[in-house]
Amino acid sequence: MTNKKSKWCSNLYTFLVYLFLYAPIFVLIAFSFNKSKSRSVWTGFTFDWYKSLFHNELIINSLINTLIIAAVASVAATVLGTAAAIGINNMNKWLKGVVMNVTYLPVINPEIVTGVSLMLLFIFFRIEFGYTTLILAHISFSVPYVILNVMPKLRQMDKFVYEAALDLGCNPFKAFMKAVIPEIMPGIISGFLMAFTYSIDDFVISYFTSGPQAQTLPIAIYSMTRRKVSPEVNALSTIIFIVVLAILLLVNLKDAGKAKLNRKKIGGEAAR
Amino acid sequence: MKSRAVSLPYMLWMIIFTVIPLGLVAYFAFTTSDGEFTIANISQVGQYSGVLVHSVWLSIVATVICLVIAYPLAFILSRKTENVQRTMIMLVMLPMWMNFLLRTYAWMTLLEKNGVINKIFGLFGLGPFNMINTPGAVVLGMVYNYLPFMILPLHSIMLKIDDKVIEAAQDLGASPIKVFTKAVIPLSMPGITTGVTMVFVPAISTFIISRMLGGGSNMMIGDLIELQFLGNAYNPNLGSAISLVLMVLILLCMSVLNQFDADDDREGMIV
Repeated sequence: MTNKKSKWCSNLYTFLVYLFLYAPIFVLIAFSFNKSKSRSVWTGFTFDWYKSLFHNELIINSLINTLIIAAVASVAATVLGTAAAIGINNMNKWLKGVVMNVTYLPVINPEIVTGVSLMLLFIFFRIEFGYTTLILAHISFSVPYVILNVMPKLRQMDKFVYEAALDLGCNPFKAFMKAVIPEIMPGIISGFLMAFTYSIDDFVISYFTSGPQAQTLPIAIYSMTRRKVSPEVNALSTIIFIVVLAILLLVNLKDAGKAKLNRKKIGGEAAR
Repeated sequence: MKSRAVSLPYMLWMIIFTVIPLGLVAYFAFTTSDGEFTIANISQVGQYSGVLVHSVWLSIVATVICLVIAYPLAFILSRKTENVQRTMIMLVMLPMWMNFLLRTYAWMTLLEKNGVINKIFGLFGLGPFNMINTPGAVVLGMVYNYLPFMILPLHSIMLKIDDKVIEAAQDLGASPIKVFTKAVIPLSMPGITTGVTMVFVPAISTFIISRMLGGGSNMMIGDLIELQFLGNAYNPNLGSAISLVLMVLILLCMSVLNQFDADDDREGMIV
């Protein structure tokens, strides 16, 4: 009896927390279809805000900017970070400790400090704020995530695979491409994805390192939320929510499929 | 493979984009606008001690609320079947993937004077309550934005707590409260410290949430810094000094927190 009761309680608790997480988003989505500009009174259904969103040049341009910057920055960060991880892995303990601690700095430091420190750098060296500064800043804050993802894979790797490849007649470059890269690929991919998503999502650091010409989507959203009433923001949130939901569902289904396959394999082997 | 040279480009990058900028923050903090040495900036930060205390207080409250909400949830989730867990954790992560500006904007519309919440209260003849532009609204915004950062590390540490340990404690005659304080909490300590850091650091350095939900009267350290760099009160020297104080403050809090964490293995802690 008490067991049933506690189960009921825990389900109710779970429901309430998820309600807290999702209610604001659902209200936001609901009002993106509201006819009037009011954010609390429902006056009828419309798609107008979506139409005006797609005709909003600021939004479209900043979306394109965001994607270009994220693509360039995350590819650069992945190459730089993977090479760095391999080098760091071969360092002696002392040097490795120093480099890793400095690498952790941008991760641990509050974003606003990273933002203003980069802003000071660009002012100091008189680099004009725009695409260049944004891309440099985005590479800087995403490289650590690539390194932190690749390092564990390098450590797990069998050292002798590379040497075996050399013994079998590969030149160092080929041995590296054929033996090392495939082993650490999962780390590289997750590092890249992390760099890409952080870059798309970043507001604070971009806010301090962007110029009037190059705006990213989060900065455009910020300027929209400053104007008190703009249901276009609701429409934009809805679209982003659906895109993210679709991506997560796809990834999740793939994972679930993989897990199922694994279970089957194990089950099949056990049966034999 | 044995060569360290491949990391040279990164070492250069790290020096230019991590070490030098932080050095510049320190340099600006200790100089006047003419480049002369001074400690006036640092002592000027003292004038804003009210803002500092307010920020520390609000972020501590938000962190504690996150911990209190997330802890039972993480435990409940960790006892579900694998498939249910995967879906539930995905649902925790989903709001994280929406930009925090949109999530905060959602609360702005809910809390305002003729917002949805006041409309609902109105149905019962209550209100309207003044909810936006209060310290409570800022705390709410921080809790909402950073709750997943607390749930995820707690959940992953609680997955490792074996049901048998809990059963053993029960079999040995421990009351539910004792089981909790003597078995579950100590075993989940690394998750608690990670979660607390991941909520506290962004909370104390936030500047947009306080502006959107707190109006002008609930300034936080982040707002103060932003004003010195991009606002009307342009003064990068003072801004750098405040940033330096913020970094020291966070380092202090983290070293206090590390006292609770016997585990020295910090690698991969953030990710």
